[in-house]
Amino acid sequence: MVEFALPKNSKITGGKTWPKPAGATDVREFRVYRWNPDDGKNPSVDTYYVDTNDCGPMVLDGLIWIKNHIDPSLTFRRSCREGVCGSCAMNIDGQNTLACTRSMHDVKDGAVKINPLPHQPVVKDLVPDLTNFYAQYASVEPWLKTTSPTPQKEWRQSHEDREKLDGLYECILCACCSTSCPSYWWNSDRYLGPAALLQANRWVSDSRDEATGERLDNLEDPFRLYRCHTIMNCAKACPKGLNPAEAIAELKLKMVERQI
Amino acid sequence: MQVYRWTLTMALSIVHRATGIALYVGTLLLVWWLVAAASGPAAYANVQAFTGSIIGRLIVFGYTWALMHHMLSGIRHFVWDLGYGFKANEREALTWGALIGGIALTVLIWIIAYATGGGR
Repeated sequence: MVEFALPKNSKITGGKTWPKPAGATDVREFRVYRWNPDDGKNPSVDTYYVDTNDCGPMVLDGLIWIKNHIDPSLTFRRSCREGVCGSCAMNIDGQNTLACTRSMHDVKDGAVKINPLPHQPVVKDLVPDLTNFYAQYASVEPWLKTTSPTPQKEWRQSHEDREKLDGLYECILCACCSTSCPSYWWNSDRYLGPAALLQANRWVSDSRDEATGERLDNLEDPFRLYRCHTIMNCAKACPKGLNPAEAIAELKLKMVERQI
Repeated sequence: MQVYRWTLTMALSIVHRATGIALYVGTLLLVWWLVAAASGPAAYANVQAFTGSIIGRLIVFGYTWALMHHMLSGIRHFVWDLGYGFKANEREALTWGALIGGIALTVLIWIIAYATGGGR
């Protein structure tokens, strides 16, 4: 459903300003969304000051510095710290991206403002609940489906056919695109969203897959695929430089082509 | 939602929808004009008086822009539906084109309308 305002218990109230680190010459202000499921309070935005001479250049470095030096209760996901795993996806300076690949020096206008991915239930602080997102990924059945007898060795593919998967297989499922999409904000219960649809196109485009018709049938629905209105936020947000909007357009074209 | 920074393509997507809705209402004005023209000089004079007033002209001007913008933005969506124009610079250019083109066409139409005596 369309929700322009946050529900009452999600309204952001106040927030704590933590003292500046003693003796630091270069500090950067971080404003971070906080919410704790256990204390019964509304979310708040806390202000921290990071000593930039004592930590790495990325936003994730700043968050880790805060957790180590100021506030160990600050909660966020991270793992690889180099843009491969997709764990640290969050909304930084009004755009979804990975905290580990966004430099805090690229964030203009003063404070680095950090929120969890929009329109997802929050587990704690910057950790969103992506259960629905993963279920949607599972619904496109992201594995090779075949009917012909399994070859003795591997399923072979020409170089040209392999190239058709470029720009699709690189997706790390960080959810930056889906949670940047207004259509997904309003209809995530029925619209699959850019990430799952890009994956759907990855399997539809695979020369070895023999369930193309069935896969397209599964998407032939006013909501699942056709809630994409080419708003393009997904392509702008993708930290891997992929283009889910284009992948969805290709799916729509394939829907039409098979009817001719 | 409030935290998301507005993007050009995002804003123009909602403007496309808004102009679409405005066109529904605006087309009622067109119907009113045609019905009045068919029903006699008195009714027609009423419409002329309304569309000649400042508010009337503003509404008709807005309607012209909504129509022009929706047309160009529609072409933009058509290009995307054909699978072209998805690169970052292309989609920005298409979107700016629809926005500026819509305003330019509207102004042009009104200049021509006034120049040919339509304003009287």
